[in-house]
Amino acid sequence: MTAADHALTRRRPKSERVIETFLFLAAGLSVLTTVGIIFVLAIQAADFFAIVNPIDFLTGTVWSASIEPFRFGVLPLVVSTLMVALIALVVAVPLGLLAAIYLAEYASVRTRNVIKPLLETIAGIPTIVLGFFALNFVTPNLLKPLFGSAIGTYNTLAAGLVVGLLITPLIGSLSEDALRAVPRGLREGSLAMGATRFEMIRRVVFPAGLSGIMASIILALSRAIGETMIVVLAQGTSPKLTFNPLESAQTMTAFIAQISAGDTPQGSIQFKSLFAVALVLFAITLILNVLSNRIVARFRNVY
Amino acid sequence: MSVTPAPPASPTVARFEPRLMRRRLSGTIFLGACLAAIGILLLALVLLLVDVLSAGLPWLDLQFLTDLPSRRPAQAGVLPALVGSLEMGLIVGLITFPVGVAAAIYLQEYAADTFVNRLLRTNIANLAGVPSIIYGIFGLALFVRVLTLGNSLLAGALTLSLLILPVVMIASMEALRAVPGSQREGAFALGATRWQMVRGSVLPAAAPGIMTGIILAMARAIGEAAPLIIVGAVGFVTFLPAPIGDRYSVLPIQVFDWAGRPQADFQSIAAAAIIVILILMVVLNALALVVRIRLSRNIQW
Repeated sequence: MTAADHALTRRRPKSERVIETFLFLAAGLSVLTTVGIIFVLAIQAADFFAIVNPIDFLTGTVWSASIEPFRFGVLPLVVSTLMVALIALVVAVPLGLLAAIYLAEYASVRTRNVIKPLLETIAGIPTIVLGFFALNFVTPNLLKPLFGSAIGTYNTLAAGLVVGLLITPLIGSLSEDALRAVPRGLREGSLAMGATRFEMIRRVVFPAGLSGIMASIILALSRAIGETMIVVLAQGTSPKLTFNPLESAQTMTAFIAQISAGDTPQGSIQFKSLFAVALVLFAITLILNVLSNRIVARFRNVY
Repeated sequence: MSVTPAPPASPTVARFEPRLMRRRLSGTIFLGACLAAIGILLLALVLLLVDVLSAGLPWLDLQFLTDLPSRRPAQAGVLPALVGSLEMGLIVGLITFPVGVAAAIYLQEYAADTFVNRLLRTNIANLAGVPSIIYGIFGLALFVRVLTLGNSLLAGALTLSLLILPVVMIASMEALRAVPGSQREGAFALGATRWQMVRGSVLPAAAPGIMTGIILAMARAIGEAAPLIIVGAVGFVTFLPAPIGDRYSVLPIQVFDWAGRPQADFQSIAAAAIIVILILMVVLNALALVVRIRLSRNIQW
């Protein structure tokens, strides 16, 4: 390096380096957040597991945190969470995919510019509003006429249906991106071979976009599992092990909300159990998110 | 596909049946299913609005906006919750704007493709998927207890800021990525340092996208309820909240409190409070649109 080069590259070295350090620290804050979350959950859950055997916690089928005798088997909460997520996916996967295919393959630019923002509006509605909708409209006006007295005021089905409504735009939007990323040449090749438009979508575009679609579904599943306000309002607060969607139950998130909204003393075993449940919830959603990001990263550069 | 040359009168030609009618019919049925799906989604949106408006509109008047909550629904109002929500949105915006944009600038404009920087990116993507209630638990431990902020609005705002930060970072990174490389090369060619290039050339060009992202993130913070239940927001506050104080409410928590009561009148004022939230959302979205249009007026490439 000559002296002149040196002078040029070093013209504003100090301020530049200070700025870069500041910017790096801002980005690093996100790592501190992750570490902090894991640290808090692990420390507090360890407190709980010193009292309750982790094996009993993970395999127990009775959850009774507020009524004696206290039992801390997390399976009822997990089953209820998965029931809600499953119902949500049954709603959201077909609706989201059909909407995505329509927007990516059939809709004109003008139609798309009207419909897409409307669908994204659904994703922007606060979940407390959707919870109110589930409790105040879906159960009494849609489900009661169908099932009569078999369905309770608080039930898993209404919660699942509305969580499905919440995650549909997520699947729709991400799947549409995946379909749009399929190169034009593949479409034209298929049409040139004599395929109808539907055959082209089914045999060429859909398989080519499948990895992105799978990633969107996994992400939506994670979102459904972590959703709180809809289930808290619509599903009730009875943590029992049931596979009947017409009954009331309680998800992991709803339990956490219920315990922290009430007057539970902070040192009590109930309050400590909150962190153990949160740790399970965090682990499940983290695995799903990592999986989804992996799929996206692996298949991003196929074309 | 292998093509075997066949004489024109070969029997294979006779067996070629395109069955076009049938194939087109299945295509039409599929398109019908697509349209039905869109229809169902729009119908759900309309039903939701009709449900909320029909239950809440009769209760929504000036008195509802300017009164304190009450044990009697007819006299109840949302003023403390409304003020709390506005303060919450403002503080979250003020915190996440500098930090989120700075992080995005680092990752998009400075960071080389090293292990640490890839880790940062992956981490932000994963943070965006952590359930909001988990942030509440973290906020309870860090802000409420360790930093002894108690059940204050500031503790809630800091918790929501952590929740919103990944969203702001991702939106800002997208906005920066959309700025063409020629902008950067032009600035460098004129002798700018990296920071001068970012500040003078890239940031103004990315401003519309960044500002839109921030405003929409503030809207999300205003609509969020789950983490605030954990860090101590409550549904019955009869004074206007200060950032550092013991009790506060926000609109979603107020709705949660009212919607959880069985009486029909409380359901109705919950709906009225929801209308207030939805109006806030519409205003913020409109603001995002206006900002986007105004800021992009001067950008041409």
